Amino acid sequence: MIHLTIDDKPIEVQEGRSLLEACREHGIHIPTLCYHPALEPYGGCRLCVVEVIFPNGRSRIVASCVYPCEEGAVVKTNSEMVVRSRRMTAELILAGSYNTPEILALGEELGVKDVRFKLEEENACVLCGLCVRACDEIVGVNAISVIQRGIAKKVATPFQVTSSRCIGCGTCVLICPTGAFKFENVAGFQYVSPKESAYHLGYYRLGGELDLRPNFVQDIAGLMSTPEDEG
Amino acid sequence: MNHLQSVSEFQTWQKSMAAGWDETKPCLRVCDGTGCRALGSQKVLAALRDEIKNTKLDTQIEVVGTGCPGFCECGPLITVYPQRISYQKIRVQDVPDIVEKTLVKGQVLDRLLYTDPLTGEHIKLEPDLPFYQRQKRLVLDFNGRIDPTKLEDYAALGGYTALEKVLASMTPEQVIAEVKASGLRGRGGAGFSTGTKWQLCRNNVLKVGAGFIVCNADEGDPGAFMDRSVVEGNPHSVIEGMVIGAYAMGVHQGFVYIRAEYPLAVENLKLAIKQAETAGLLGKDILGSGFDFMLGVRLGAGAFVCGEETALMASIEGRIGEPRPRPPYPAEEGLWGKPTNINNVKSWASIPIVIRQGAEWYSAIGTEKSKGTMIFSVVGKINNTGLAEVPMGISLRQLIFDIGGGIPNGKAFKAAQIGGPSGGCLPAEHLDVPIDYESLTALGAIVGSGGLVVADEDTCMVDFARYFMNFTQEESCGKCVPCRIGTKAMLSTLERICAGKGQPGDVDYLLELASAVKSSSLCGLGQTAPNPVLTTIRYFRDEYEAHIFDKKCPAKVCKGLITYSIIPEKCNGCMVCLRNCTSNAISGAKRELHVIDDELCTRCGVCMNVCKFDAVEVN
Repeated sequence: MIHLTIDDKPIEVQEGRSLLEACREHGIHIPTLCYHPALEPYGGCRLCVVEVIFPNGRSRIVASCVYPCEEGAVVKTNSEMVVRSRRMTAELILAGSYNTPEILALGEELGVKDVRFKLEEENACVLCGLCVRACDEIVGVNAISVIQRGIAKKVATPFQVTSSRCIGCGTCVLICPTGAFKFENVAGFQYVSPKESAYHLGYYRLGGELDLRPNFVQDIAGLMSTPEDEG
Repeated sequence: MNHLQSVSEFQTWQKSMAAGWDETKPCLRVCDGTGCRALGSQKVLAALRDEIKNTKLDTQIEVVGTGCPGFCECGPLITVYPQRISYQKIRVQDVPDIVEKTLVKGQVLDRLLYTDPLTGEHIKLEPDLPFYQRQKRLVLDFNGRIDPTKLEDYAALGGYTALEKVLASMTPEQVIAEVKASGLRGRGGAGFSTGTKWQLCRNNVLKVGAGFIVCNADEGDPGAFMDRSVVEGNPHSVIEGMVIGAYAMGVHQGFVYIRAEYPLAVENLKLAIKQAETAGLLGKDILGSGFDFMLGVRLGAGAFVCGEETALMASIEGRIGEPRPRPPYPAEEGLWGKPTNINNVKSWASIPIVIRQGAEWYSAIGTEKSKGTMIFSVVGKINNTGLAEVPMGISLRQLIFDIGGGIPNGKAFKAAQIGGPSGGCLPAEHLDVPIDYESLTALGAIVGSGGLVVADEDTCMVDFARYFMNFTQEESCGKCVPCRIGTKAMLSTLERICAGKGQPGDVDYLLELASAVKSSSLCGLGQTAPNPVLTTIRYFRDEYEAHIFDKKCPAKVCKGLITYSIIPEKCNGCMVCLRNCTSNAISGAKRELHVIDDELCTRCGVCMNVCKFDAVEVN
């Protein structure tokens, strides 16, 4: 077991856990956007940042989803530095997704009052990469990927042509936290035959009932039981 | 070339090469690096070879195309051996004179010599040029002397004797101890102890039983070309360093990750690898020692971020060139999950020198914490554009004024951007700072990979920051939010300020963004991208404020804040500006006062450049 201090509380976790996992196991709320317990952590949205204080007194902001729990580590999840960093990151996400309800709610939760910079085009896709990773890691199909770079980056099929690999399973639609993926846009949708598409529409309905989005703006305590509850 | 089977066979062969090396023989060494090629060195080389053949001197005088010696400002460069007369800015029409007057009659052609900008004196010999005198050339020593396509040349000057020493008499631990003791620190930017890094990698390689080493030659900083010149001009030094490193860390496979935009470097490197393999210096059973090391070349497709080590590894593995979070560090989990050691070109090329000369000798150069030499590519508003290898601890002033020859056209020095787009800019008050890792970091700049861009009094520092921000913003991979959108927000704010639409609060907003991008970005690109903005605000805040509050660009650069007009007393109506104006913004008849229409004017400045009477002013 690894012993560390999170928000002044001594905490014990299994070796190999990330700081985010440790926090969630102990009921400490950390906002996330690109994290999903079923997928490899990505470290892209930078909302899960926490402050790690090193023995020499210096501290650093790290993404808790990808930072390992180290013996003796001292971590603050709610320091001024952390709050400021998350707020600015949320403001920057809002800069590109200023009409997306989920992101507006996120901004509100993190105390963003004013979005001082906006991109010309609004886009519900926040490039969290959940769809790409789910297609790869869960479905094992790898039909979509991120293409281009920087501000032009987007999710697409190779060479932006209809993918023959897409099986139309709809996982990307279900996992998207902002509803940026519409089933009609799913990579291979136009490619599947009418008979098959009816089959896929069934999936779509299922998706409507079963919301598998990672509920990033909800208090995680409501989703996972805390040790106190178990005790 | 025979396949050398043992250390003693190598020694015999190397000694014969060294004995055959004679710099007192007549020879023309012509820089054939990319910089001089761009200035026409290949035509000069061809013309020289023809002319020498025609005059039947070809049996006595050799013509060698060498790597870049660094004095790019004055290319194409020719050095006439044995005297070492340095001829500069050679054109094809100079060739007959060089052959007839210098080679046949022994006369020196003054017009082709370097002229000291201060004294106006001609300087005849290469070693007397101030550009070289203040340098300490270790890594660049062979550039300009050897033919990079000949293994024999490299060996003649002691090449591969460090590898021989290692294989014949040193254990891997001893090699690492020697590198550690030399104080060599990573020349790619971060400045981590090379020996310590090797030790970490070796420990993990021993645990896992496999690992890789990589040479990072994905040089992408604007204005930086030292890695290119080393790989082009002396590829065997990189290979030798890597074989020694592989031996020390116990790995058997390595890669050189190099940009596809460096075709000559790639060509020379691939040739050198083949030569080294043929000679038994690379590949299976190196010099009969039983040690195997394979070296492959991987080409980068032009993404700056692939110089970041985790993105570089992703690219080598064939995945998207995006960085991933560290830890785990490459020494723990690198290429294909195996321990991997990545060093910069200059670090690898320094290894043979450290081993050959010994740690004690090497660590005597430099400062207490920064040992050895560093190569800077000195560009921008400077007289002697080029590559300069200097001992660590030399002052910025010496580098810019003594070696760089100062600022052109008598202008004043304003700032120097050190460390590429990730570095910071330092103003004149810090010209005496010693160039070492700690001192530069304390001032907000970094040694980085050695880029140095000089700005003069005509440079607008807001525009300067905008330029670097534009670069990093375009090169951001887009994986993490702060870098993808934060750099765009910073760039937009800077563009707004430059366009004259700055608002009160913009500087604070920039500082807030900079701090967020710096602290929360995923990789080094984002974490350092705000540095040019932070340092220009730190040292030139008044310029930002002049743009925002007074709507003035003090350096008269930002187009949204300047107007061109004609001074009536000086204009004699010659019509030159009118004819040169591309947007028909100037009206007036011959011998009459001309007028610039501010609405039509695009602020290109052509009128000002062409006016012989200084009648155009900018405000």
